[in-house]
Amino acid sequence: MAVKFQHLISNIININRDFLYLSSANKHLIYKSFYATVKMGDEKPVENAIRTKLTEALKPEYIEVINESYMHNVPKGTESHFKVVIVSSAFENVKRIEKHQLVHKAIQEELDHSIHALSIVAKTPKEWEVSKEVGQSPACRGGAGL
Amino acid sequence: MNAITRSVLSHNFRSSCQYVVFRAFSSEAKNINFDDLVKGKPIVVFMKGTPVAPRCGFSNAVCQILKHHGVKDFTSYDVLSDDAVREGIKKYTNWPTIPQVFFNGEFVGGCDIMLDMHKNGDLIKELQKVGIRSALLDAKDNSDGKS
Repeated sequence: MAVKFQHLISNIININRDFLYLSSANKHLIYKSFYATVKMGDEKPVENAIRTKLTEALKPEYIEVINESYMHNVPKGTESHFKVVIVSSAFENVKRIEKHQLVHKAIQEELDHSIHALSIVAKTPKEWEVSKEVGQSPACRGGAGL
Repeated sequence: MNAITRSVLSHNFRSSCQYVVFRAFSSEAKNINFDDLVKGKPIVVFMKGTPVAPRCGFSNAVCQILKHHGVKDFTSYDVLSDDAVREGIKKYTNWPTIPQVFFNGEFVGGCDIMLDMHKNGDLIKELQKVGIRSALLDAKDNSDGKS
């Protein structure tokens, strides 16, 4: 317990230290990651929450949650930009927009409070068989904290 | 905590409070009619930055896809220049991210969906529906003619 608490405190101190060097544009991202860290007390709270909630909601045959925040102008360890690859029979006979909305709905809390950018590859098992291609996310153009 | 840290933190706190107040007022003061913004136009894109100078990779990707299909003119709104538009459009479409693309007033999706449609050829058909002939069709015709 003591170790965990110490870890938590050191997280807070680190984040505060990072915070001081940040441009104003990135502040709200830091607030988000700060609260997420404090709330869950683990190292990848958002990534883990996304995986758990999507697994519960959509019973995927395959799921991959990739933290792509490192590609953007945010401090190391930030959980702001994600890509989700999810294959589930819940997407059968569902329109494109609605597939994405099923994903949004399952992780609404994270979208509201933590996630800044989310790229989704949502396929049915049949579609996944045809193509397992997952495109590369576009390069950041500086607007990460905007 | 030294004096500098304290002053920086309190400044951050103050500015974030101002930000919240600003947001509350800006979204209340403006009652945007998004139907007016998207309807009656073949293509509308809500994006970060402008088509000439996109400020986000996803917004840029949407512009590049449209350009690839020979779409030169489309209506775009820069959500970074207006917070009420940025928050309002997300509620209007029930879609949490930017960019957002509309064909003939109908919400099509974001960057992933545009990319998907581009890859499987649906985008050519969807453009046709709004009266735009994709440049890729002409490119295809030319190559067919040659072979």
